[in-house]
Amino acid sequence: MLSIENVKSAYGRIEVLHGVTLYVGVGEIVTLIGANGAGKTTLMRAISGVQPITDGSIRFKSVPIEQQPAHARVASGISQVPEGRQVFEPLSVKDNLKLGAWRRRDGDLEQDLARVCALFPMLEAIWEMPAGALSGGQQQMLAIGRALMAKPQLLLLDEPSMGLAPNLVDHVLSVIRALKNDSLTILLVEQNARAALSIADRAYVMETGKVTLSGAAAEIQADHRVREAYLGI
Amino acid sequence: MAELLQFVFSGLTVGAIYALVALGFTLIYKASDIINFAQGEFVMLGGMTTVFVTLAGVSLPLAALIAIIVTTAIGLALHRFAIEPARGASPVALIMITIGASIFLRGVAQIIFDRRFHSLPSLFGGDPIKFGGAAILPQSLVVLASAMVIVTLLWLFIDRTLLGKAVIATAANRLAARLIGVDTRRIVDFSFAVSAAIGAIAGVLITPIALTSYDVGTLLALKGFAAAMLGGIGSALGAVVGGLLIGLFEAFAAGYLSSNYKDAVAFLIILVVLVSIPQGLFGRAKIERV
Repeated sequence: MLSIENVKSAYGRIEVLHGVTLYVGVGEIVTLIGANGAGKTTLMRAISGVQPITDGSIRFKSVPIEQQPAHARVASGISQVPEGRQVFEPLSVKDNLKLGAWRRRDGDLEQDLARVCALFPMLEAIWEMPAGALSGGQQQMLAIGRALMAKPQLLLLDEPSMGLAPNLVDHVLSVIRALKNDSLTILLVEQNARAALSIADRAYVMETGKVTLSGAAAEIQADHRVREAYLGI
Repeated sequence: MAELLQFVFSGLTVGAIYALVALGFTLIYKASDIINFAQGEFVMLGGMTTVFVTLAGVSLPLAALIAIIVTTAIGLALHRFAIEPARGASPVALIMITIGASIFLRGVAQIIFDRRFHSLPSLFGGDPIKFGGAAILPQSLVVLASAMVIVTLLWLFIDRTLLGKAVIATAANRLAARLIGVDTRRIVDFSFAVSAAIGAIAGVLITPIALTSYDVGTLLALKGFAAAMLGGIGSALGAVVGGLLIGLFEAFAAGYLSSNYKDAVAFLIILVVLVSIPQGLFGRAKIERV
């Protein structure tokens, strides 16, 4: 579904991605783990088209998309839940969700709003509240709901568990599993490697702008380097 | 008492125009963080184009419509050909570009039109209406009513339509807006177009009262900017209240002190606001959350 080859990206003159190659198959949950500053978020932004790349190719459903503007990529089925949630603070929960469907020209928003509510029942009680007034957990649910409103085929999740209470982390993980069962393909970036590896099919480990390790999630979980560096065992 | 009422009338009339200019500032600032100092030129272009199109024999309403369309197109072109190519430059650099654009537009207007003052006939005649011992021009009422209609329409648009909400979303979080597929460049295009149209309408409305010439934009932009600062830059309500207040202060200064000081009022207000309440009356102080 998504295939990234030798992607390089720089902030000004400082290159932060030194040729990243990875792929995500249809229906998979693939996780990308790595320390702060490894370039995970930069890669996610490059896939969505909000971070320019200097080299390499990004293919989505076999179509090269690296020249497409961000809004075209959303229209073709890539949706991202950005790091730090990034909800539209002055707007209500409802309006945030409606804007999630901005690129869609098919109707039936009501049905999709209902679907998001079913996934995150807590949102219904705060339907008219400005997103800026929500707790971190509520904002995270809203951010995921907003991304789902675009009816994506590929969902990019950047640090969805960051700053959440443990029970909310579990909730987010169960939602991700449910989405996979709904035949959504997911690329998950996480610092919480244990949680990410527990639900992923495959995993990539990134260090300082490069993929240093890849394989089935179980394999990665068993790798002694990963256990030492990311799982604290 | 009659004197006070008279000052209030004239203050509210020019204040309504400042409010419209300030709204133009606000809209573009919201969508793009740019202070567009060519906003005053939009007002000038609205007035001057109407004057010269009517001189060519076109009826006033049609001429006004043409002027609004032309100015809107110029606003769009300003974004597309001057601002957009410099995307990624610092806001200060972009503001410099708008100052350059303002000088450029003034120069071109001087060549295409002329350097004289012009007026337009007012919509409902020039006989003042007596009210409580004070006189108010029918055109002043037209200005006030139109300003109210524009503000209401703008508010309805922002508050009730998804496109309006996309503008707010873009203003609040550009990255997130792009990630949900909003073409933020289009949103900024749109804000320039609407600001230019509002400026042009202000220009058409004020010309029967205040005359127009190729260089009226400079002072209008500064006063509109003062209004936006007083109200709190980025706040639509602030722009309206700020505009009306500056108009009133000006009228009182002209009436009770000397009309020589009229134009100084706006600058004095900018200074006081910047020193004592930099976030303005309705603006929110920027709080960075990590």
